[in-house]
Amino acid sequence: MDFVTGLRCRECARPYPAEALHVCDYCFGPLEVAYDYEALRSSVTRQQIAAGPHTIWRYAPLLPVSDPEPIDLGTGWTPLVRADRLAAELGLGELWIKNDTANPTGSFKDRVVSVALTKARQLGFKVAACASTGNLANSVAAHAARAGMVSVVFIPRDLEVAKIVTTAVYGGHVVAVEGTYDDVNRLCAELTSELPSWAFVNVNVRTYYAEGSKTLAFEVAEQLGWEAPDHVIVPVGSGSQLTKIAKGFAELHAVGLLDEEPHVRVSGAQAVGCSPVATAFAEGTDAIRPVKPHTIAKSLAIGNPADGWYALETVRRSGGAFAAVTDDEILDGIRLLARTEGIFAETAGGVTIATLAKLAAAGVVRRDERVVAYVTGHGLKTVEALVDTAGPTATIAPTLEAFHEAVAIDATVQGGPAPRGTVAGGPASGSPVPGGRS
Amino acid sequence: MSVTVRVPAQLRTLTGGEAQVAVEGSTVGEVLKGLEAAHPGFGDRLFDESGSLRRFVNVFLADEDVRFLDGLDTLVTDGQTLSIVPAVAGG
Repeated sequence: MDFVTGLRCRECARPYPAEALHVCDYCFGPLEVAYDYEALRSSVTRQQIAAGPHTIWRYAPLLPVSDPEPIDLGTGWTPLVRADRLAAELGLGELWIKNDTANPTGSFKDRVVSVALTKARQLGFKVAACASTGNLANSVAAHAARAGMVSVVFIPRDLEVAKIVTTAVYGGHVVAVEGTYDDVNRLCAELTSELPSWAFVNVNVRTYYAEGSKTLAFEVAEQLGWEAPDHVIVPVGSGSQLTKIAKGFAELHAVGLLDEEPHVRVSGAQAVGCSPVATAFAEGTDAIRPVKPHTIAKSLAIGNPADGWYALETVRRSGGAFAAVTDDEILDGIRLLARTEGIFAETAGGVTIATLAKLAAAGVVRRDERVVAYVTGHGLKTVEALVDTAGPTATIAPTLEAFHEAVAIDATVQGGPAPRGTVAGGPASGSPVPGGRS
Repeated sequence: MSVTVRVPAQLRTLTGGEAQVAVEGSTVGEVLKGLEAAHPGFGDRLFDESGSLRRFVNVFLADEDVRFLDGLDTLVTDGQTLSIVPAVAGG
């Protein structure tokens, strides 16, 4: 069973049935799923969740669709890794990375799509469509393939090659639109009116889709031993994910899974080349002016963010902050995370890490806080951003001489087991590599 | 000027089910006022108490967001298309 009581307009609170509706007919405000929290409180337990699958579906009672066999590629329960080396570089204390690059199609979008298409199938839809900056296209095409649905994804024509290939491979329709994501989005919004029999995951089933992002909060709290962090850093495109992470922590308390009321500071990360929400935060205004995006963080290049206002409100109310980072800072962020923690993030992850660094340097993210940074997409999706700066560190002839001449590694960091045949107590290794910087 | 206004599904109850209607006006604001005159109910749906477009209403003239133009004061030319689109997003 599910605990959904219906949908409700977030602006004017008008009620609607739990169907493929996303916008209030009256004021155009977004619709939200309403749950019976009282019933959930007396029915959901930590033990029950712990006994569930290692996917987002372990939290099924807190999701807007109930199905014994959801459309699932094995999404969620991604690693939450302690990031001490990164923390040391940034002067922070307890820092964790929620590594959502580990999802089946390499981004957090699998969470929202698994929920959206499971609900869409239940409502009788057979065509899965979306407007996408790439990650969503990957995920919709893959989930539709698994479910035997037809997929039609709409993307801006100038998307990264990898994101196009990793969508097209699933065999659905991939429509490249001459324009920005905001053009694609507007086209899909209009198409939804013309094609009501298609499930546009981020348009007419968006109400359900957005709920999938709550699992990013659920998992972090459970992985921390059913405690909320003090501060989270979240990348902001449309603003939906940030808003739903905050909602997720609040819901865990509402249904009794967190003992103490969480006070999670929520901070948002944007690229300077597309920072309408960060700009409104910096200017202290409620008015979010749309922009024409120009950034390497294409998955966040949404110039007219529908949930921007809610993201702004969430950050302000929580005592968090926004920051915007340049393309160079984004690339530095990607390299910093890779170099210190062995995690390769896409450009949006670079935005998150660079923002974390900026807010840490400014004293906004503090050393005494338990901090979680959400890294939500895999670096292999946006390798183009790095091809000019990440290549072989040496190219050599296949000879020992060439190797010794070209490769210098500090002998003091080499370690390793003692070479076989050496006398006990003898030298631990041979001579340092010639040219070592010892 | 006669402009074609594309109406989203949510508002077609106001146009008797029509997906597009022709409206006269010389600016975006005038066209939307003309829409209210011809099909009462649009004004309430599109504008808040202060007379500004509601937060979640997007208006596009020839596929360009009017907020990148002159907003409600944007001049229209004969035969252009004005789209009313609820805000949605994703990525």
